Amino acid sequence: MAEQGFNVLKIREDFPIFSQRLSGGKPFFYLDSAASAQKPRCVIEKEIEVYEQYYANAYRGVYEFGARVDEELDGGGDREGVREKVRRLLGASSAEEVIFTSGTTMSINLVANAWGRKFLQPSDEVLITLMEHHANLVPWQRITAERGAKLRYIPLSGDGRLDLAALDELLTSRTRLVAVTRMSNVLGTVNPIDVITKRAKEQGALVLVDGAQSVPHEPTNVLDPPIDFLAFSGHKLFGPSGIGVLWGRRELLEAMDPFLCGGHMISEVYLDHSTWAPLPAKFEAGTIPIAQAIALGAAVDYVDAIGWTAIHEHEQQLLEYAWDRLTEVPGLTVHGPGLEHRGPILSFSIEGAHPEDLAQLLNLKGVFVRHGHHCTMPLHDHLGVPATVRASFALYNTREDVDALVEGLHFARKKLRLA
Amino acid sequence: MDSSPTITLEELIEEFEALGDWEAQCEFLIDLGFELPKLPPELKTEETRVRGCQSNVWMVIELKEGSPRTVEIRAESDAMLVNGLIAVLLSIYSGKTPREILAVDVQDIFHRLGLDRHLSTARRNGLHSMVQRIREFAEQAARKESHAES
Repeated sequence: MAEQGFNVLKIREDFPIFSQRLSGGKPFFYLDSAASAQKPRCVIEKEIEVYEQYYANAYRGVYEFGARVDEELDGGGDREGVREKVRRLLGASSAEEVIFTSGTTMSINLVANAWGRKFLQPSDEVLITLMEHHANLVPWQRITAERGAKLRYIPLSGDGRLDLAALDELLTSRTRLVAVTRMSNVLGTVNPIDVITKRAKEQGALVLVDGAQSVPHEPTNVLDPPIDFLAFSGHKLFGPSGIGVLWGRRELLEAMDPFLCGGHMISEVYLDHSTWAPLPAKFEAGTIPIAQAIALGAAVDYVDAIGWTAIHEHEQQLLEYAWDRLTEVPGLTVHGPGLEHRGPILSFSIEGAHPEDLAQLLNLKGVFVRHGHHCTMPLHDHLGVPATVRASFALYNTREDVDALVEGLHFARKKLRLA
Repeated sequence: MDSSPTITLEELIEEFEALGDWEAQCEFLIDLGFELPKLPPELKTEETRVRGCQSNVWMVIELKEGSPRTVEIRAESDAMLVNGLIAVLLSIYSGKTPREILAVDVQDIFHRLGLDRHLSTARRNGLHSMVQRIREFAEQAARKESHAES
């Protein structure tokens, strides 16, 4: 049983979307939270509150609404700001190290450009893994090419875990940065950031963790193991879309050049040069997504109130149940490691069935899954399949969702003349 | 290999109306896909592959001998629903002259079939890529005919 007090039906009541029905009154089964999570009422209401009660630009006005927006973001009076909430979520030491971005993609692009362009030298290497999302792959491909540096990949074992035996050869004094996902968006593999960080530190390399998939499912602590950068997206953490976070160690952020330039990120602007604002403004050029950033705070409070132990237990039980039930489907292969090494993500193939057909047929039964290469083409090359179907779970999913998936797959196999 | 469509456009529109909802129509498209003649493996090359599709689609378009010269389309996908959509395209375009192909308002047909509402954007883009491939062929063929006439 999950932690006392965790009642998934009560949780579902927090999410207005679950009262929706499809045409004909059919229910739907949302199994695509790894792509984007649904929003609890408190997040939706917080965003509305901003627009209806005190909307103004951030960090600009001394007038009452502007001041209220600033307070919501950075605290003041008795109010805890969003930046502080995120700091707590990540276990970071300072809220000034929390940079608002548009999401994980921008966060990683920021580091690749602002750190990579300044510090990567031609003989340097960046080490990533074969399971990275394109967002943690293509930026490194580009910046290493631009700097004449080398991009290397940690290979995978047969069951879709990182082949750590290859680390000795790959992680050397030439490695300047290791960029790795904590949880694969396809395989669900949970990577041992502690082992990687320890080895990276021995070689003097920095560690960037892509937390897009892990932050919504487990407690995060950027100080233990002591990583250097962490990126995540608000929309996968039940928050609004368009807002994300880059956390970076202060001395690194201070040493880096700005990425985007414009308003708010400057200290002084002269005709021939400018100086930069202190953290976090230095990396927040222009107007941030104001209401989205404020409502992200409500999302952090929401998961905080439920508690990670309860969330984790519920999701793992569901994962186990789904794992067992999917084995009933003939010809089905789940990609990636066993349950003890994965988060609530199951990507699979069914012999003789194209993923696009499966996703289309599941949709007819109201089962919402993702199909395709999930922004991981090199990983799919490794798996030897061009595409997979992915079912992913979050705190609001139930066994009924899993049952609908399995029934939907039986239906799809029949329609595809496999049964 | 016979490339004549497995169903005419009129039959298709009638069937879609009779089926009523997308669930039944989608299942029908998949059944149509199963009836689509297979493309010989040697024709599934990089050259015949249609880009912009989530699944693989190979398409061979040729001008048939005769007067008037009509366009012969053969295509296959590894996804069955896409094969059904190929069958739809064949019912629209197959056996037409290049000029007749260019005169077809395919968006209107997709609208009448409800495909513009029921297919995802990615799937629609894939369908559009196939239509583009056919139209480009027809444009070139029509241009050559005009040259020959003048």
